[in-house]
Amino acid sequence: MELTSQFIQLIFSGLTIGSIYALIAIGFVIIYNITGLLNLAQGDFAMLGALTCISFVNMGFPLIIAIAVSVVIVTIIGGLFERLAIYPARNSSTATLLIITIGAAFVFRGISILIWGTQPLALRPFSGNQNINFLDATIQPQSLWAIGISLLSLAVLYYFFNKTYLGKAVTACVVNRFAARLMGISPQKMSFWAVSISAGLGALAGIVIAPISGASYDMGIMIGLKAFIAAVIGGLSNAPAAIAGAFLIGILESFTEGYLSSGYKDAISFTLLLIVLFFMPNGLFSKVSGKRV
Amino acid sequence: MDNNLTKIYNRSLKGPLIFFVVIMLLPFIFQSNNYILSTFIMIGFYSLVTTGLTLLIGYAGQISLGHAAFYGIGAYTSAYFTATLQMPSWIGILVGAIIASLVSLIIGIPVFKLKGHYLALATLGFGVIIFTFFKEWKTITGGLNGFFGIPPLSLFGISFSTDFQFYFLIWIFVFLGIFFARNIVQSRVGRALMSIHGSEIASEAIGININKYKLQIFVLSAVYASIAGSLYAHYVTFINPQLFEMMTSIYFLIMVVIGGIGNIWGGLIGAAIYVFLGELLKDIVPKIIPNASGEFEIVFFGVLLVVILIYMPNGISKAIFHFIKRITSNFKNKPVSAFSKKSTGSDIHD
Repeated sequence: MELTSQFIQLIFSGLTIGSIYALIAIGFVIIYNITGLLNLAQGDFAMLGALTCISFVNMGFPLIIAIAVSVVIVTIIGGLFERLAIYPARNSSTATLLIITIGAAFVFRGISILIWGTQPLALRPFSGNQNINFLDATIQPQSLWAIGISLLSLAVLYYFFNKTYLGKAVTACVVNRFAARLMGISPQKMSFWAVSISAGLGALAGIVIAPISGASYDMGIMIGLKAFIAAVIGGLSNAPAAIAGAFLIGILESFTEGYLSSGYKDAISFTLLLIVLFFMPNGLFSKVSGKRV
Repeated sequence: MDNNLTKIYNRSLKGPLIFFVVIMLLPFIFQSNNYILSTFIMIGFYSLVTTGLTLLIGYAGQISLGHAAFYGIGAYTSAYFTATLQMPSWIGILVGAIIASLVSLIIGIPVFKLKGHYLALATLGFGVIIFTFFKEWKTITGGLNGFFGIPPLSLFGISFSTDFQFYFLIWIFVFLGIFFARNIVQSRVGRALMSIHGSEIASEAIGININKYKLQIFVLSAVYASIAGSLYAHYVTFINPQLFEMMTSIYFLIMVVIGGIGNIWGGLIGAAIYVFLGELLKDIVPKIIPNASGEFEIVFFGVLLVVILIYMPNGISKAIFHFIKRITSNFKNKPVSAFSKKSTGSDIHD
């Protein structure tokens, strides 16, 4: 049963990392569709969330409060980032905006070096270290937390985007920015909310992954890029497809790590990205659509 | 016909020549100061890469986040041919350029069907894949341990082993590169590239083969990067994969954009600003905040980057040239051509 237990273990670690990518990928989909922005600072929100939460826990706050407070703080940072860096440059070219987000990522990374140093920090697992045995496979309880929390947040997001006024306004901008403006929804306001919300989501993702992989100032860039790959594989305009893409990337990575070598992990994900971009530029799950001019 | 071109384009050699002479005189002033010489040599490597990238990003309007890969291909090819195979330097440089152009051609055909962010992401993915090759193909590249013992460059029987000698070599390459790029920009090809930047559909409608031009300029920029990489490998004599990872590509893009899109000198200006700013911050910031460790000066770098791009979205070179024009036009009242404003190409948005 050695093979099946390894298989189950890899599936679970893939689902864990996939659920993290999913949270950030949704943020990407929201931001990209409202502002047309490829935000390379997205993963750094995860880093900021994780490190802030660790600080609060070390100060003696209960875990649940630490999580809530750090998510709120990073959400505010996200809003500030949108107002100070994105909003003033909203009419610039793609390359300029791309580099502005890189500049912001440098700022976040530099600040976290100043506050937390360069050494990785650890967060204790949410519920003990006792591993769970499932069909001969050992599963960390934190994996279940990660998968559970991201599924729960996805449910909350579904409610937010489909049932609340603000959520519907943001969705309207995602679907058709121009039409939304004609209906009296200000895309600029929605851009502020979109960046703030996805910053908060990113923070939550970072906190959930911190007990498994630790947290350090440079953890953001790869998480952010992988989440973006997931979003592109899903088609970029479709949140459920982005989530599916995120789990696909997560499982693919964990199998590469398990059966091949962790050195090839990034290359395999990006190869999948290139294949999707070249042959199915509208995403793996999309129906055929016409070319827009 | 030529007369008309001189009206549209700035073909004067006066400014570039003065600049060339200044650059060539500098090492005699700082002959004993290796720090300044090596800083200028680094600017030279980056300028060569960014001049090629300026053609691609600034003129054709196509983003690449994978040029560190071509820089690395040049570096590793030169290293392998001179250190492992004991061949002369020029063969390494030539083979590096050929491999880089073949790779860029193969990757360019599918990649340039994409636009905007998809293009950025695809080239970034390509960079990560090539980086994995550098890291894992240990028999040739030495893996993460790096590649040691690359001999100093020798061309035409002259060995360039000191900073003083290398300075002249790299800057002659840079000026040849810029001169070549300027001739391309001020030709039929250059006008085609600018029209692609303006509108791909309109360019196609007036009969420009947009895929051909995009691909040609991508291959050319890859060759620029590869030659810079070859020279770099000979200069530092030790290379490892981290030098050519994703962040390096991002730094190249930063240099091009802060330097200025749509100006052939933008690459050089951006590279110089990037290197000087980095050195300055490394020097000043620890004096203000002495207790911190690590490379936290990137905070200031990031802030400056954001501020520069918010206030000068077309880059610094445009501001500089505007300033020079204003000063010189105060001294003499030169009639300004009606075309001169339209021909810069940088007002075009995508």
